[in-house]
Amino acid sequence: MDPKSLRYAESHEWVFLDGDVATIGITKFAVEQLTDLVFIELPAIGRKIQAKEPFGEIESVKAVSDLYCPVAGEVIETNAVVKADATKIADDPFGAGWLIKLRVPAGTTLDHLLTPEQYERQLAEEQH
Amino acid sequence: MSESLLRTPLYAWHAAHGARLVPFGGWEMPVQYTSIVEEHTATRTAAGLFDISHMGRINFVGPDTAAFLDRLLTNNVSTLKPGQIRYSLVCNESGGVLDDVLVYRTPAAGHTDHMLVVNASNRLKIVDWIRTHLTTAEQVEVQDRTTEWGMIAVQGPRALEIVQPLVKAWLDQPPSSGAPPTANAQLDSIDYYHFIGIESCGSWGILSRTGYTGEDGCELVVPVEKVVELWEKTVAAGTPLGLKACGLGARDTLRLEAGMPLYGHELDEQTDPFMAGLDFAVKLAKPDFIGKRALLAAKKACDVQLSRRRVGLELDGKRIAREGFEIFHGDARVGFVTSGTFSPTLAKSIAMAYVQPDVSRPGLTLSVDIRGQRVPARVVKPKFYEAPK
Repeated sequence: MDPKSLRYAESHEWVFLDGDVATIGITKFAVEQLTDLVFIELPAIGRKIQAKEPFGEIESVKAVSDLYCPVAGEVIETNAVVKADATKIADDPFGAGWLIKLRVPAGTTLDHLLTPEQYERQLAEEQH
Repeated sequence: MSESLLRTPLYAWHAAHGARLVPFGGWEMPVQYTSIVEEHTATRTAAGLFDISHMGRINFVGPDTAAFLDRLLTNNVSTLKPGQIRYSLVCNESGGVLDDVLVYRTPAAGHTDHMLVVNASNRLKIVDWIRTHLTTAEQVEVQDRTTEWGMIAVQGPRALEIVQPLVKAWLDQPPSSGAPPTANAQLDSIDYYHFIGIESCGSWGILSRTGYTGEDGCELVVPVEKVVELWEKTVAAGTPLGLKACGLGARDTLRLEAGMPLYGHELDEQTDPFMAGLDFAVKLAKPDFIGKRALLAAKKACDVQLSRRRVGLELDGKRIAREGFEIFHGDARVGFVTSGTFSPTLAKSIAMAYVQPDVSRPGLTLSVDIRGQRVPARVVKPKFYEAPK
């Protein structure tokens, strides 16, 4: 997936919206900060999640972090590959390393999230 | 806050090589350069290079040093031979552990001198403790050399081969003799927990066959102005053989696999050496030492029922049992985790913990509460990994 086609949460999740299906993952920056991923917990299929609600957790050798859902919706699919081996997320965080897919309500937009340019600016500030 | 942190002579090197620097024991130290797992694996399979200049180096000079240190430390000091090193604890009057240390016996004309290597986080406390307990009648000069001497560790199966060409070593001369090396000694002929004097980077230094990773290797002490040169030479000699610079993150996962306690986690002032399974470092037959009375009582009590005991845990799944997580046997809370990680070598979630003695038997299955989920954990001896001979 082209990072330019995504929207971002300040907590480093990305969203790609295609019709009523939102695909969610974490950014390359998040993966690089965490390093040494060991485990990811993802929600059950069918779970309804509110925007900004934690939907799982990701654990690295160093620490555990909550994952926050950038948009509301119902979980329709989780990525079995990364559930079996969390290190796979690092190989392709914007593509094969996606985490969950949600069915979102009609009329859902990503306007409340950061554009790629805004997210880049946030990263530049965080690195200082 | 960061203004008050000390920096080792290698600080600029760490920063220039992408290290993430964090406060540790009063110092600004690299936690990792690339990945903890990569650095850990390099140490297990080839070699890892660690800046350990933050460790405290305290020198003792004078005719009464052995007697004084025998009073300060739980292990035997007077029986050390020149060039020998011993692990010991410093305990308070109640038998609680103030620090775990290495004591080096250096030869000197007509008497014995010593060096203590102490944990960075405890250095000032231990220096104070020494000054409080040293009497005017004892001829001991205490010199905190921490910021004058730097220290690096080279650990792993290829460590000695990497260091060998960088040092001139003499086995037959005492380290403080000042005589130039007559023959270059083979580093692998030094016994474990022994040290020798060396010449490296045009300067005096010492090299010990010690470490905190469970691997073969050595630790080197050189004057602070030579540390960067020695480090860079080690990087240059070792990189083609697979050596990687390692941060405190890998140092922690390596020592945890090797079953070595870390002060502030497995050891503190509320813990006595017997709880920690460090009985070998307490010599109750010594005439007297600080904490002996309390430790005698603790030993007697723990033969009957010790309050808690250090164990290893191997967990199901990949989640990490982190410090402070509670341990259960059935519904009863029986202990707590002191260190945990995902072991890169064993590809297992492992931890060290304190549990009640009645559930400390290897083979027993307990459970760890990981954020509300009870994860099965088997009790094992805390040594998870041993280097192949």
